[in-house]
Amino acid sequence: MGISKIWIYGESTGGVVSTATLELLAKARTIGDTVEVVVHGDASAVAAELGEHGASTVLSIGELGDGLPGPRVASAMATAIDAGNGPDVLLLATSYDGRDVAGRLSAKIDAPVITNVVDLTVDGDRLLGVESIFGGSLDISTGFTGDGTAIFLVRPKSFAAESAGGAAAAVDSLEGGDLGNTGGSTVKDRFAEESTGPKLDEAAIVVSGGRGLGSAEHYELIETLAGLLKGAAGASRAVVDAGWVPYSYQVGQTGKVVKPAVYLACGISGATQHLVGMKGSANIIAINKDEEAPIFGVADLGIVGDLHKVVPKLIEALQARA
Amino acid sequence: MNVVVCAKQIPDPADPGQMDPETRTLKRDVKLILDESDSYGVEMGLQLVDAAGEGEVVLVSMVPNSEVGGLRTALAMGAGSAILVSDEALAGSDALSTAKVLAAAIQRCEPDLVLTATESSDGYTGTVPVQIAELLDLPSVTFAKSIEVSGDTATVQRQTEDGYDVIECSLPCVVSVTAGVVEPRYPSFKGIMAAKNKPVDELDLAALGIDPATVGWTGARQEIVATAEAPAGEAGEIIHDEGDAHERILAFLDDLKIL
Repeated sequence: MGISKIWIYGESTGGVVSTATLELLAKARTIGDTVEVVVHGDASAVAAELGEHGASTVLSIGELGDGLPGPRVASAMATAIDAGNGPDVLLLATSYDGRDVAGRLSAKIDAPVITNVVDLTVDGDRLLGVESIFGGSLDISTGFTGDGTAIFLVRPKSFAAESAGGAAAAVDSLEGGDLGNTGGSTVKDRFAEESTGPKLDEAAIVVSGGRGLGSAEHYELIETLAGLLKGAAGASRAVVDAGWVPYSYQVGQTGKVVKPAVYLACGISGATQHLVGMKGSANIIAINKDEEAPIFGVADLGIVGDLHKVVPKLIEALQARA
Repeated sequence: MNVVVCAKQIPDPADPGQMDPETRTLKRDVKLILDESDSYGVEMGLQLVDAAGEGEVVLVSMVPNSEVGGLRTALAMGAGSAILVSDEALAGSDALSTAKVLAAAIQRCEPDLVLTATESSDGYTGTVPVQIAELLDLPSVTFAKSIEVSGDTATVQRQTEDGYDVIECSLPCVVSVTAGVVEPRYPSFKGIMAAKNKPVDELDLAALGIDPATVGWTGARQEIVATAEAPAGEAGEIIHDEGDAHERILAFLDDLKIL
């Protein structure tokens, strides 16, 4: 007994598979007898990498053209599931498109989704999703009570991506169904924002700013410090909601999960919303005026003080070293 | 231009509440407020109606207990009316059940555009907007930075990992609005007074033709099997800045050999 077939929604850019997809493969291959990855775009370009990480088959739905993935991928998956060729379990990363696919498919096949999963455990014949709530102080394990495909949306960085040394995956196709009106969204243009330095979710050092910065112009302190440390700049939700920096900077439950070697939180109180996104960091340094701030509960080094005094001196000292 | 904005009323996040050990769900006996995440959709909707020069924002919400406190806030911002689905059977509803109920209520409004948050602040599944779209056979765009409507087309800037895509979408459609992309207006005194008399149409599941067994605890078709306290980390070093804290930070980084 156990879990026979797992599907993963595979995301890639320019023939490079996303880290989140490889993380799901690393876990899935320890759980399921067969792991297949559903992709769009050029399947042959990713078959070797997906196979190396444990996929036996790549199920290709073909090129999307200028269509969004959500309705098209969900339609192809639903068609296979309705025909009895679906998996026991479907894993998707909590990404922009992963959520679109999960939501569409869920409604199509009338199956609930377990979301915000940070770990997966086997319970007899079924899989349980572990969610971390109350700022990571409580872990809850949830399972489905009904039959059918069990859909889990898994947060990035929940597992470590690792090669299994497998052979290239076979490529097969998955046919989509009628999209009705749901295919009415088309991509007209794509813009990449200029950014220097490492990506927020890949950087070895992350420097984040919170409400304690006081105003938008003070965010420059964070960017300067991140630059000197060759790290990435992040932000708490309060700063993003205030419009000081774009959503792509947000670290937290809503936003990105980061696990850098060093996380430096400046003027962030440490709401549960934020802690969930960064408490897995190897080393946490926090600067905050309020001695009682919850961020100090997870800090390896806590500085009770004014960031407007500490950070400029830190910047000066680092510039002197350079 | 008629815009439906989905609005969730949640316990104040400043007071996150507790889990009921018997039912293993959040205790919700506290006063509910408008989810801040939804205030961006309300603002976006009001701006689009203004730009169109006609129409109104209609709120759609659901609760088990007739609570309207959060809706009054959005009505005070300028929304014209609200549909509140209230039914005891809704307690414990998961994202898909929520989407089924909201979709049924939205259908009555025949909107040109449906706006939502990208995710609620308390449940944060982030799947409801797309589930609503699928149930209503509509296209959708999630994580919008901006929305412009011209004729029967919405042009949406959609947030991506490293920038944004420009998406064209035929109306009617569902768009989820990213927090922070517009500045929600504060309700004026006049707005607050006017909100008290704005219509809130309260419906139960029977009025929407929804079988109570398909929502709430039974409709969720999932169960919490176990809960466990996460292991607490070791307490770190805490110092008070006496003007030299930056040196301690540098020494900490040097010890890690990371610089």
